[in-house]
Amino acid sequence: MSLLELEDVTMSFGGLTAVEGASFAVNPGEVFALVGPNGAGKSTIFNLVSRYCTPGGGDIRFEGKSILGCAPHDIPRLGIARTFQNIELFEHATVLQNLLIGRHTHRRSNAISEILHLPGVRAEERRHRLAAEKVIDFLDLQPYRESLIMGLPYGVRKIVELGRALAVEPKLLLLDEPASGLSAEETDDVAFWIEDIRKVMGITVLMVEHDMGLVRSVSDRVLALADGKTLVIGTPQEVQTDPAVIEAYIGLGDDGADE
Amino acid sequence: MRIVFKTSYDADLGLFVHRYQAFWYVLLLAVAVGLPFVMNDFWIGEAALMLIWAIAGMGLMLLVGHAGQPSLGHAAFMAVGAYTNVILQTSLGWPFLVSFPLSGCAAALAGALLALPTARLHGIYLAIATLAVSVLAEDGIVMLAPWTGGVSGIFAPDIKIFGVGFNRYVNAPGFYWLTLGVAVLVVLGYRNILRSPLGRSLVAVRDSEISAQAIGVNLARTKAVSFALSCGVTGLAGALMGHFAGVFNHETFTIFLSITLLMMIVIGGLGSIHGAFLGAIVITFLPLAISIVREFLNERFGTASVMPPGIETAAFGAILIAFILLEPMGIYGRWIKIRTYFELFPFCRRDMFRRQRGYLRTERIR
Ligand SMILES: Nc1ncnc2c1ncn2[C@@H]1O[C@H](COP(=O)(O)OP(=O)(O)OP(=O)(O)O)[C@@H](O)[C@H]1O
Ligand SMILES: [Mg+2]
Repeated sequence: MSLLELEDVTMSFGGLTAVEGASFAVNPGEVFALVGPNGAGKSTIFNLVSRYCTPGGGDIRFEGKSILGCAPHDIPRLGIARTFQNIELFEHATVLQNLLIGRHTHRRSNAISEILHLPGVRAEERRHRLAAEKVIDFLDLQPYRESLIMGLPYGVRKIVELGRALAVEPKLLLLDEPASGLSAEETDDVAFWIEDIRKVMGITVLMVEHDMGLVRSVSDRVLALADGKTLVIGTPQEVQTDPAVIEAYIGLGDDGADE
Repeated sequence: MRIVFKTSYDADLGLFVHRYQAFWYVLLLAVAVGLPFVMNDFWIGEAALMLIWAIAGMGLMLLVGHAGQPSLGHAAFMAVGAYTNVILQTSLGWPFLVSFPLSGCAAALAGALLALPTARLHGIYLAIATLAVSVLAEDGIVMLAPWTGGVSGIFAPDIKIFGVGFNRYVNAPGFYWLTLGVAVLVVLGYRNILRSPLGRSLVAVRDSEISAQAIGVNLARTKAVSFALSCGVTGLAGALMGHFAGVFNHETFTIFLSITLLMMIVIGGLGSIHGAFLGAIVITFLPLAISIVREFLNERFGTASVMPPGIETAAFGAILIAFILLEPMGIYGRWIKIRTYFELFPFCRRDMFRRQRGYLRTERIR
């Protein structure tokens, strides 16, 4: 059974149809990439899965069950975590606090026991801290543990956001342009991390990415979108050589599908 | 410069960052407890008032500084606390030890009820909605005259705990210690909130509602909890304020009180417990300082009133504007900067505390 399934999903904002009849299924354990020119509707698909938007038609299923009845805050509890295209971190908190906030779905204590700081709360805090430290070790964030987000450079913020999503311990990770704005070395790091996230942590990845080099190196299957419509689904090679995809990019006056 | 080595996660879970810090706070508490032995009743009364302001400030700080929900309605919740406390004591004859916690509960309930319709409001709109609550509260007190005494006001009975009286004039140290005890308990609870998932979810809602939802924080519920806790603590401060004032009516809890509370925590420094106390010190002692200066001028120049009557309000306003322009982080923020400067001396850079270039945040999916 596929992990995430979109069936004929349509979403329009006023007169503009951002996503039209999108149907695809993400299988457990794979890295699935969405590509397409700007404004193709990739982030909108993420927002649909996170339930920030409600589709005009179609169904979205996670582990076989429709998630259209869920509120946005129920989604991570199901096992879906995400990052944002324009980094959305908690600016006035430290890196460590950001990762610990990511553990919110694993909270077992209630407000009263926390105000009294009962022993159970402390034991739980230790567990959260251990999980956050594992993420810090995985992403090499040790130098920034106690730094406030607002003072950090762009590349580090991007990685902290990835870390916060990992702290959720999701089954499905949605990455919206994980390598945008990163240097070549940082992009290589991201490629390694995505490999490890899939192989070592066993997390399925659905990502949006413009960097075709990264898409080629990590993804099993790729879906190409343009103007909300699905052009093709296939392996990275198939998609890159597909005439409709080349057309969509060249039609924009771009320098080809390799950008 | 002091380097703290941490060898276990518990080191970060304690009440204090390290032992030196614990030492200073314990010393501060000891001094606070010993104050009545070295000061006369007038100053002890002022100190008690300062603590009441600080308790109310902590309540508002939790909401504004940590959960990021501005409120101009907190005078109303002080009123709920003050009236509930007195009415339970006089009409039902319940002892202070029962009526006092219940007054906090009543204010908390009122706060949670307010949070339901305002959950979707942000920033200035929320401020205006809560402002309306403040205005309504004044009318409400007058309309409920059979219980509240309306315009003529209501007398707060003497606090009696196990037969010991805590009237602020008769037993000034007792009343002071009582407020100190409440303040310490509130500080402990506040610290516990900040080091637990609840405190982090408040910060999450403050900094980014979008990603707070993306990691599973229920916005409406978190806001309701933050309103309830905040209003509850402010209600407790209101109950103490009632006993401090002795007699109070609808004019005690005006919109001006709400604004003063908000100014107090902004001047003190948003987002820290210290800020509530520093702000409370300013609010309590500024009128005193002004009246001392006034007396001095009168004596010196013999003029009856060189200073116009509204001078206190004007001074508050001027201080607030100065802080917003020069030190938006408040007194506590300034203190952190000075301390860091000396700790890192001579390595402190000028732009150490400057924010990095801002990045566009996702507005589209609001
Ligand atoms: N909340 C919204 N309200 C109105 N229009 C929207 C909204 N969100 C997205 N759109 C529109 O939907 C279209 C698809 O946007 P989307 O953000 O999904 O593009 P994208 O594929 O992620 O592009 P990019 O590569 O630039 O991130 C765009 O034309 C955008 O303007
Ligand atoms: Mg996008």
